[in-house]
Amino acid sequence: MNKIVSKEHFSANVVKLEVEAPLIARSRKAGHFVIVKVGKTGERIPLTIAAADTEKGTITLVIQTVGESSRKLCELNEGDYITDLVGPLGQATHIEKVGTVVCAGGGVGCAPLLPIVEAMHKAGNRVIVVLAARSKDLVILEEQMKANSDEVIVMTDDGSYGKKGLVTNGIEEVINREEVNLCVTIGPAIMMKFVSLLTKKYNIPTVASLNTIMVDGTGMCGACRVSIGGKTKFVCVDGPEFDAHQVDFDEMIMRLGAYNGLGKK
Amino acid sequence: KSKKNKERTDIPRVHMNELDPEYRSHNKEEVNLGLTAEQAMMEAQRCLDCPNPTCMNGCPVSINIPTFVKQIEKGDFLEAAKTLKETSALPAVCGRVCPQEKQCESQCIYTQKLGKEAVAIGYLERFAADYERESGQISIPVIPEKNGIKVAVIGSGPAGLSFAGDMAQRGYDVTVFEALHEIGGVLKYGIPEFRLPNQIVDVEIDVLRQMGVQFITNCIIGKTISQEQLQAEGFKGIFIASGAGLPNFMNIPGENLVGVMSSNEYLTRVNLMDAANPESDTPVFMGKRVAVIGGGNTAMDSVRTARRLGAERAMIVYRRSEEEMPARIEEVKHAKEEGIEFLTLHNPIEYKGDARGRVTHMVLQKMELGEPDASGRRKPVVIEGAIEEIEVDEVIVSIGVSPNPLIPQSFSGLDVTKWGTIVVNQESMQSAVNHIYAGGDIVRGGATVILAMGDGRKAAAAMDADLKK
Ligand SMILES: Cc1cc2nc3c(=O)[nH]c(=O)nc-3n(C[C@H](O)[C@H](O)[C@H](O)COP(=O)(O)OP(=O)(O)OC[C@H]3O[C@@H](n4cnc5c(N)ncnc54)[C@H](O)[C@@H]3O)c2cc1C
Ligand SMILES: Cc1cc2nc3c(=O)[nH]c(=O)nc-3n(C[C@H](O)[C@H](O)[C@H](O)COP(=O)(O)OP(=O)(O)OC[C@H]3O[C@@H](n4cnc5c(N)ncnc54)[C@H](O)[C@@H]3O)c2cc1C
Ligand code: SF4
Ligand code: SF4
Ligand code: FES
Ligand SMILES: [Mg+2]
Repeated sequence: MNKIVSKEHFSANVVKLEVEAPLIARSRKAGHFVIVKVGKTGERIPLTIAAADTEKGTITLVIQTVGESSRKLCELNEGDYITDLVGPLGQATHIEKVGTVVCAGGGVGCAPLLPIVEAMHKAGNRVIVVLAARSKDLVILEEQMKANSDEVIVMTDDGSYGKKGLVTNGIEEVINREEVNLCVTIGPAIMMKFVSLLTKKYNIPTVASLNTIMVDGTGMCGACRVSIGGKTKFVCVDGPEFDAHQVDFDEMIMRLGAYNGLGKK
Repeated sequence: KSKKNKERTDIPRVHMNELDPEYRSHNKEEVNLGLTAEQAMMEAQRCLDCPNPTCMNGCPVSINIPTFVKQIEKGDFLEAAKTLKETSALPAVCGRVCPQEKQCESQCIYTQKLGKEAVAIGYLERFAADYERESGQISIPVIPEKNGIKVAVIGSGPAGLSFAGDMAQRGYDVTVFEALHEIGGVLKYGIPEFRLPNQIVDVEIDVLRQMGVQFITNCIIGKTISQEQLQAEGFKGIFIASGAGLPNFMNIPGENLVGVMSSNEYLTRVNLMDAANPESDTPVFMGKRVAVIGGGNTAMDSVRTARRLGAERAMIVYRRSEEEMPARIEEVKHAKEEGIEFLTLHNPIEYKGDARGRVTHMVLQKMELGEPDASGRRKPVVIEGAIEEIEVDEVIVSIGVSPNPLIPQSFSGLDVTKWGTIVVNQESMQSAVNHIYAGGDIVRGGATVILAMGDGRKAAAAMDADLKK
C-alpha cells in the first residue's frame, strides 16, 4: 500500500500523482518504471517514474486516462492508497555527453521524457525538447522541460499553440539548422515509428522507449515482447529503451491492440 | 500385527474420488476430492510397514512414510499430520502435486517386488494434511526463544516457504521478500485452482505468519533493495529462492502474432490476476480452438485451463510420443477425460495470422521416433514433407522455463552456469558467497515442488550451523 501525497490535473485526462515509495525513490534512475495495481480486482499496469524526491521518499507518476485501469488510478485522490506498487523496473537510460540531443515526446510520452531530459542536460548535453500534442490544452510539462533544457519547441496538430504540425516537423526543423548527435523519443507507437523513419533518413542515432502491454514487468510472462533487429526481446527487462531503427514498430502496434474489443472495459 | 501380509496385499488400491469430467470442464473446482476416512484407513492397511522402507528412498525429503501411514491405519490422523510436518513444510501441497508415481510410490515394495500397484502414499499424505486443516486443530510448531539473528529469503515459492518455516522454528527473525503482489510463487501464479486451490496454500502461509515469519510483497531484491542494502540492514544470511520464471519460446515465424503467448502469461492472467472472472480488470483470451505446445505439467495445466475457459478444441502439440511426456500420469489421464486432443509426434514450425495480426493457423511438422539419443529417449525425427495446417485462435507455448536472471545479474560473487542457474554446494546449498544460499528452481532449472522444499530445508540446516559458529 502506497499513499498518494498529492494530486494535480495537467489536463482533463492527464493527472500527476506524488506517491510515497521511499525505497523506489532511493534506487530509481531516469528511464525506470513501476507497475501499479488499484484494488483487489485491479490490473497490473506499467508507468514511468517521472520524478523522485529522495528526501520526502516519494515518486511522481503522470498518468493519461486511456482505459479502465488508468481511469481507476486517476480517480484516486490525495490521502488514498495505491494497493500495489512495485519497482523500479527496466534498464535505466544510458546517459552520456554526446553533444546535441533532441528529445521528442508526444502526448503522455512527455512525462517519461522529463527525467531523461533532466539527466541529459545535467550530463552537459545541449538538449532541445520537441513536445507534441493534438491541441493546446493537451500540452503538458512545458515549464518543467524549459527549466531543464536549452530550448523547447511545441508542436500542435491544430496549430492552437506553438507551431502547427507533427512532432516530426519539429525535429526536422532542428536537424536542418544544426548537427544533432542523438534523438530520444517517447510517445504513441505510431509517432515513434515516424520519428524513427525520419532520423534514419538523416542517420541520427535514435532511442525509443517502448510502451508495450505488460503483466508482471519482471521478465516472467513475455507479454511485452518486441522484435529488435529480428530478435525477440522483453521490453520490461531488456528495455524499455531500444535502438529505434531496429524496432519492428508495425508488429508492436499490432500487439498493442491485442486486447481491444475483448469485452473488458 | 493384527493382519497377515497376505490379507494386506489382497486389498485393491484405493481410487481417488473425482469430479465428473463433463461437469468439471466448465469450472475451476478441485478435480480430486480426496479420500474418506474409511477409504484412507483401508488403503493404509495395504502398507506392510517394511523393515527397510524403500519408499522413503524415493521421497526427496525422506518423509517417514510407514510411520504416518500406520498412524492413519489406527485412526490417529492428527498424529499422522504431525509426522508429515517433521519433514515437509507443505504436506497438503505435496500430497496433491508431487509426481508420486516417479518418486515414493515407484520405490514401494508393491511396485518393486510384488508387481502390484503401490500404496497410495500421495493420497494418504493429502488425506492427513486435509484432515488436520479441516479439524481446525493445526499444530503451530513451538518456537524457541528468538535468537535475534535476521535472515532474508528472496522469493516465496516452495523453496522459500520451507526455508522460512525451518529457520523460524530455529528462532531466527525471518523476512521473505516477494516480487509479486501475492505469496506462494508457482503454487499461486502457475498451478491452477482445479489442481491446487489457493486456499490450501494460504493456510500454510498463515501458519508461517503465526510463527513470526514476515512477508514483504511487491519488493524485488536487486531492484527495490540491493544486495548491499540487505546486508546493511543486518541480514546475516540470505537464501535465494527466486525460481525459474523466464519463459522459453521456439523462435519460429509468427510466434509474436496476437493470440500466441507463453504458458506463464496465460496462467498468470488466469490464476494470479483471476482474468476469467468478469469482475477482474485483467483481460485474457478465451480461444475456441486452442493449441498448447509442450508435454509437461505446465502444458497440461494450460490446456485444461483453456478447456475450462470455453475452448471447443483444446489440443496438446508435442513432438515426441506420449510415453516421453514429462507430465504427471494423472494429469494426462485427467486431460484425456476432459476431452483434450493429443497431437503427439507433431512439431509447430510456423504460425499464420490475419490482416490484424491475430493467429489463425499453426503449421505442424509430423515426426516419427528414431534411434535413442544420449538420454535413452528415442529422438523425434522429421518425416519429410508431412506437414499439416490446423486452424487455431490461441496458441500457448509451454516448452519450458529458464532461471530468472534478476538475481544472478544483480548479485556479485555468485557462480552462475551458462544456463543461468546458481552453483551451490550440493550438501549445504551454499553459493560461492559466504552466508548466501540458494535452492529450488534457481539452482535446478525447472524441477518440482518437493525438491524445492527439500533444498530449503537443507539450506536452513546448513545456514543455521554456519551462523552459530
Ligand atoms: C514501460 C512503460 C511505461 C509507461 N509509462 C506510462 C506513463 O508514464 N504514463 C501513462 O499514462 N502511461 C504509461 N504507459 C502506458 C500505460 O501502461 C497504459 O496506458 C495502460 O496500461 C493502459 O491501461 P488501461 O486499462 O487504462 O487501458 P486499456 O483499456 O488496456 O487500453 C486502452 C487503449 O490503450 C491501448 N494500450 C494498452 N496498453 C497500452 C500501452 N502499454 N501503451 C499504449 N497504449 C496501450 C490499447 O490498445 C487501447 O486502445 C507506459 C507503458 C509502459 C510499457
Ligand atoms: C504450471 C506449473 C505446473 C507445475 N506443476 C507441478 C507439479 O504438479 N508438481 C511439482 O512437483 N512441480 C510442478 N511444477 C514445478 C514447481 O512448481 C517448481 O519446481 C517450484 O515451484 C519451484 O519452487 P521455487 O521455490 O524454486 O520457485 P517458484 O515457485 O518459482 O517461486 C519463486 C518466487 O520468487 C519470486 N522472485 C523471483 N525473483 C525475485 C526477486 N529478485 N525478489 C523477490 N522475489 C523474487 C518470484 O516472483 C516467485 O514468486 C509446476 C510448475 C508450473 C509452472
Ligand atoms: S513428499 Fe512427495 S515424494 Fe515424499 S512421500 Fe510425499 S508424495 Fe511422496
Ligand atoms: S515400501 Fe510400500 S509397503 Fe513398504 S513401508 Fe513403504 S509404503 Fe509401506
Ligand atoms: S511484462 Fe512479463 S515479461 Fe515483460
Ligand atoms: Mg486495461
